[in-house]
Amino acid sequence: MFSGFMVNAWEIGTIVAVVGGVVGFFVVLRGAAFPAHAIPNGAFAGAAGANLLGVNPLIGLGVFSLGAALGIGRLTRRGRADAVTALALVMMLALGAAFLSQSTEYEPEIFSLLFGEILGVSRGQIVPVAVLGAVCVLFVGVLYRRLLLTSLAPEIAAAQGLRPELVDTAFLVVIACATTMTVPVVGALLIFTLMIGPPAAARCFTDRAEIAFALSVAFALVTVWVALACSYVSDWPVGFYVSVFSAAWFAAGRGYLAWRRHTSAPSRPWGSSPDV
Amino acid sequence: MSNGPVLDVDHVSVAFAGREVLDDVSFQVQASEFTGLIGSNGVGKTTLLRSVLGLQRIDRGEIRVNGAPLSRHARVLGYVPQKVSLDPDVPVRARDFVALGLDAHRFGFSRRTKDERQLVEQMLMDVDAERFADTRVGSLSGGEQQRILIAHALISQPSLLLLDEPLANLDPKSVEEVVSLLHRVAKDHGVAVLLSAHEMNSLLPVMDRIVYLTNGRAASGTTDEVVRSDVLSTLYGHHVDVLKLHGRVFVVAQPSESDVEIPEHSTLTIE
Amino acid sequence: MATFLFEPGFFSSGPVHVALVIGAVSAVVTGVVGVFTVLRGQSFAGHALTDVATTGGSASFFYGLTPLLGFLGAGVLGAGAMDLVGVQRLRGRDIATGVVLGVATGVAALYLYLDTTKSATTGAAQQVLFGSIFTLDSSTIPVVAVLSVVTLALIASIYRPLLLSSLSADLAAARGISVRAVGLLFMLALAISVGLSSIAIGSILSTALLIGPAATSLRLTRSLRRAFAFAAVIGVAATWLGVLFAYDSYYWFPSSQGLPVSFFIVLLVFLAYVASGLHPIPRALKRARLDGHAAAAQRVR
Repeated sequence: MFSGFMVNAWEIGTIVAVVGGVVGFFVVLRGAAFPAHAIPNGAFAGAAGANLLGVNPLIGLGVFSLGAALGIGRLTRRGRADAVTALALVMMLALGAAFLSQSTEYEPEIFSLLFGEILGVSRGQIVPVAVLGAVCVLFVGVLYRRLLLTSLAPEIAAAQGLRPELVDTAFLVVIACATTMTVPVVGALLIFTLMIGPPAAARCFTDRAEIAFALSVAFALVTVWVALACSYVSDWPVGFYVSVFSAAWFAAGRGYLAWRRHTSAPSRPWGSSPDV
Repeated sequence: MSNGPVLDVDHVSVAFAGREVLDDVSFQVQASEFTGLIGSNGVGKTTLLRSVLGLQRIDRGEIRVNGAPLSRHARVLGYVPQKVSLDPDVPVRARDFVALGLDAHRFGFSRRTKDERQLVEQMLMDVDAERFADTRVGSLSGGEQQRILIAHALISQPSLLLLDEPLANLDPKSVEEVVSLLHRVAKDHGVAVLLSAHEMNSLLPVMDRIVYLTNGRAASGTTDEVVRSDVLSTLYGHHVDVLKLHGRVFVVAQPSESDVEIPEHSTLTIE
Repeated sequence: MATFLFEPGFFSSGPVHVALVIGAVSAVVTGVVGVFTVLRGQSFAGHALTDVATTGGSASFFYGLTPLLGFLGAGVLGAGAMDLVGVQRLRGRDIATGVVLGVATGVAALYLYLDTTKSATTGAAQQVLFGSIFTLDSSTIPVVAVLSVVTLALIASIYRPLLLSSLSADLAAARGISVRAVGLLFMLALAISVGLSSIAIGSILSTALLIGPAATSLRLTRSLRRAFAFAAVIGVAATWLGVLFAYDSYYWFPSSQGLPVSFFIVLLVFLAYVASGLHPIPRALKRARLDGHAAAAQRVR
């Protein structure tokens, strides 16, 4: 389990989990689940296009995910965010379908882009993924407080000169960056579920942002490690296990909240100071 | 800091879709003064506050803060918006939210210094919020959230604090509490206050100056200078009476002409 | 002129007839459901349900069931799950949708894996993901028609409570409307229409026709009735033009490979949305009317 191709899988899985936990924390706080789904899924069109032109699929993915992030950020200012995201997604998927219709071999390509092939990762793929991952984490770290305040009270942030719409677009670019690096190695499904389940659970267990942030990463790591082990033993796809364990974290978080609401004063569901 | 006015609104006009919302509005707010921005709903109070904050483009005129034109990044203003719905799912304690007022613009994770943490503690005490300082800010009640928002706005030591309708939807007792809290905190911190409200009576004891806004135009001065029949009649464009009764002031429009709009807060209530 | 627009055989082709009919029916139903979806801010759920329905499709391949059952069953189950997990707040609802979507895609990955190991035919994934309007069987028409009528009837029967609870949940609750039940019924209608259109016209088109025409019409008019009509018209027009272009595109390239119909329909829907944001004429009209009002107000004074 810890030799040969599995070593690469453990390393990549660990990097992806850290990025998913870090970026996902703000995906959940900002209610950006839809863009987090749309950007990785739509970006596959870029890979298909690159395939057609004979260039590196990573470039196609990067161009499309970045384009999607900027496009959604731009169009959202003049329309309903969720409708705009949906339209951007289907437009990219339709382009992907057009690209695929012009090429001859596509079937395994689609499958691997959507569901990933983490067990087939090569040594050479680890370095670029690690670099892009570090960029994502660094970006979130640098913007941490801005992201926090604009998630909570965008108008107050604007009054302090923080430009919430700029922070929004910057965050979409972070999602795009995370997408470019992870989709080719683990697939759109795995990164999306990692960005939702563990962070959504993390914020149920604590009232402190820093602790929730750390928990989010920890939960994501456990998810990926256990999923890899299960997949190795059972031969079923890793993505399946990651999605199920992510949902299990979410259920655990909600269960904990319900239990705490049941045991503490009913008037203040998330109250944290029983000494009042 | 200069000795001039903290805020100088100089012949400002703002139009939405061809309609003048603010029409040649001028007034000043002096350092450490408590100014009430009074007017009915929809006369442009929020537009005026947003213009001061630089969130609303003005068509004519100029707004200066501490003598300088407001740049977007000047952190000399504190702001408490009219309606804030803080998401109760966000794991941020009231204490952390107040601290964000100090350092939200700062990049990175840097740990807050001991001084900064003491400042947060002091601020929480000033607004009587120690009791719920460790609760999630989104799950606080409306009144508790307002105290936290005030603390958040004040902690960066602004020279002017803007509040948009902080007294709306409060019962009379809470209105009194919030007004006296604001008055006390502003005096302690040497901050000028510009507070918008549709009713002036609860502010009369603390207000140094009034800006009376109607039909997009404004009159300013002390209460005695502005809330007079002749001044307000000119402002409204038709005759209004000002009645003083038991230390309360009522503005009453004469219902003689059928097309005269009666200001919303003019209903005479005998208590 | 006519032969330039309509390449030979367009009107006599059987698959084209089926495509035009089913496409139009799907466009009308999803257009109407879409107006409420966009109003309620549930575009994500509307899109996610197509992926959930797709999971049902891949599961039905594995068990050898008819795909329609898989699509509809999974869609309805997914809608129920989203509602069960869903919380009142908008952001929380998106997270709940995301969790259900994640599990559904994970299960889809499993079934596609099992499908390929079991039968070694990988065509399943392709067909499930990009169902094509041209490969439909004419026997599908009655089923699609019946389910469309069911969906529209469901929407019509909850029309007013749904409208009020979409605009203000509090107001609706105060009027004694069970906002939760109305929301669940709407999710049911959404699941049926989405499941239906994703098997008939593919999952990409399903989302495009659900959101695009509705979002466009809501930007063009403030009247809800007109929004329904506009959405249906835009949807049908985009579908028909898209089918025409796709058919013609087989003649455009020497390789004779043609472009997929979904590409053209989505492109048309997307362009319509972008164009509706520009609409300089209505805004100029609006300003003129406002100026008129202002002038009238001045005169009174």
